[in-house]
Amino acid sequence: MPLLETRAVTKAFGRIMALRSVDLTVGENEFHGLIGPNGSGKSTLLKCVAGAELPTEGTIRFAGRDISDATPTKRARAGISLKFQITSVLPALTVYDNVLLALQARSSTASLIFSRTRKALHEGVMHLLEQFHLAERCMERAAAALSHGQQQWLEIAMALACEPRLLLLDEPTAGMSLEERRVTGDLLVPLKHRCSLVIVEHDLDFIRSICDRLTVLDQGSVLDCGTVSHIQNSSKVRETYLARV
Amino acid sequence: MLADYLTVFVTRVLILALLALSFDLVWGYSGIMSFGQALFFGAAGYGVALLARDLEITSIFIVLPAALAIGLILSFAGGGFLLLGRHPPTTIFVAMGTLTGSYAADRLARGWYYLGGQNGIPSIPPMTAGGYAFAEGRAYYYLAFTVLAIVYLVCRFVVRSQFGLALAGAREHETRIAFFGYEAQRLKLTVFSLAGAIAGLAGGLYAFHEGFVWPNMLGVVLSTQIVLYALFGGVGTLIGPVIGVIAIETLGFWLADGFPKIWPIMLGLLLLLLILFRPTGLIGFLASDSERVGEGTDNAAA
Repeated sequence: MPLLETRAVTKAFGRIMALRSVDLTVGENEFHGLIGPNGSGKSTLLKCVAGAELPTEGTIRFAGRDISDATPTKRARAGISLKFQITSVLPALTVYDNVLLALQARSSTASLIFSRTRKALHEGVMHLLEQFHLAERCMERAAAALSHGQQQWLEIAMALACEPRLLLLDEPTAGMSLEERRVTGDLLVPLKHRCSLVIVEHDLDFIRSICDRLTVLDQGSVLDCGTVSHIQNSSKVRETYLARV
Repeated sequence: MLADYLTVFVTRVLILALLALSFDLVWGYSGIMSFGQALFFGAAGYGVALLARDLEITSIFIVLPAALAIGLILSFAGGGFLLLGRHPPTTIFVAMGTLTGSYAADRLARGWYYLGGQNGIPSIPPMTAGGYAFAEGRAYYYLAFTVLAIVYLVCRFVVRSQFGLALAGAREHETRIAFFGYEAQRLKLTVFSLAGAIAGLAGGLYAFHEGFVWPNMLGVVLSTQIVLYALFGGVGTLIGPVIGVIAIETLGFWLADGFPKIWPIMLGLLLLLLILFRPTGLIGFLASDSERVGEGTDNAAA
């Protein structure tokens, strides 16, 4: 049984069709890339999976359950975690508190009020901060003071803090330097043992280096889907998309 | 020793500080604009006044918990209506909803004969503890001070806990934290109810202190005044609203003495100037921005 399965997902914004009957299947521990030109519906598809948008038609199944109408909170608790395209860390909070906030999200209200989880979570926060090179100097600073690349890392760290079964990353390396991209790739590869990944990315080299399978979207429809080498050799994709890149 | 009228004045300030604190908990810490905090204050005041008038219950062990419960239940019901829903409500919607509640309660009390109409309920007997009666004066001052101190410590505990961090998250970016798995609207309802309970407690104390309740206790004028107390002192800190109440009430007291005719205008201008030039409130003179909202969570475990 696949972990994520969308069937005939359609999303309309007024008269604009952002997604037209999109089928997407992602297995356990699969790294799946979504590529396509700007406006092809990649981000909208991620938002529909995470619950930020509700599909106009179609169903979304996650771990065997229909989540098409579930709230973002329910989906997050089921194990879906999203990193938005536009970084949305909480700028006024410290870097440490941003990660703690994500990490403690599933604790009960009572244990939050009596702060019984703080000590237990401290190691987890520090581990994530160290992993994303945010522990030294940065952790007591407001998240707003981080560089753009660091904010992207912080947001990935927060998405991971929720211990997702399915991680959705919307352009995680946008605006990053080459070195930062390399480090991001190194950070993502080991996650294969922990979760599945759906990633939207314009950097095709980056996506080839980490993904098992790719889905190509064009004007809201699936153009092709398959392994990286299949997509690379697909004449359809080459004609409509890769030729333009 | 404080002169008698001064004791009464200071006691009133302490009770109002409790009310301002409750507003700051919802606005400064959680981003819920409650323009109707007086509703919970006044309703609890009326509730205990009725207990005293009709059932002759004045025991502190009943009336204060009753005041707290009235504030809690009303705010839970009102908050449930305003804050829950598929989409998070806008700040304006909540502000208008609470304002309307406060206005409607004021009108209702004015028109309801059972509640004494325009005149409210006069001659409430003193609050008692066994055979002891808390009359206006020093005993009541100590009582109000103790309650304020306890509530202050409870609030401090809450806002510095991990729950406080979750509230800061809800204030900063309510839709974002839902994607971590938070029930942001329930968090807000919890703190709104807690603040309602505190406002109710203040209302109970106020009713017995003044010895009567009247419709203004429920209305928009007091509701707005509470917002001003907190803004003047500084929202997002617990001490800010307390300082705000002390400053505004003391200034009013002193100006009314020296300029009996124009003091409200002078006070209004002062409020305007402060809010224009010092949006962080009086506390902004004392504490840096980094000590204010969002930095209060304690990484003691670190």
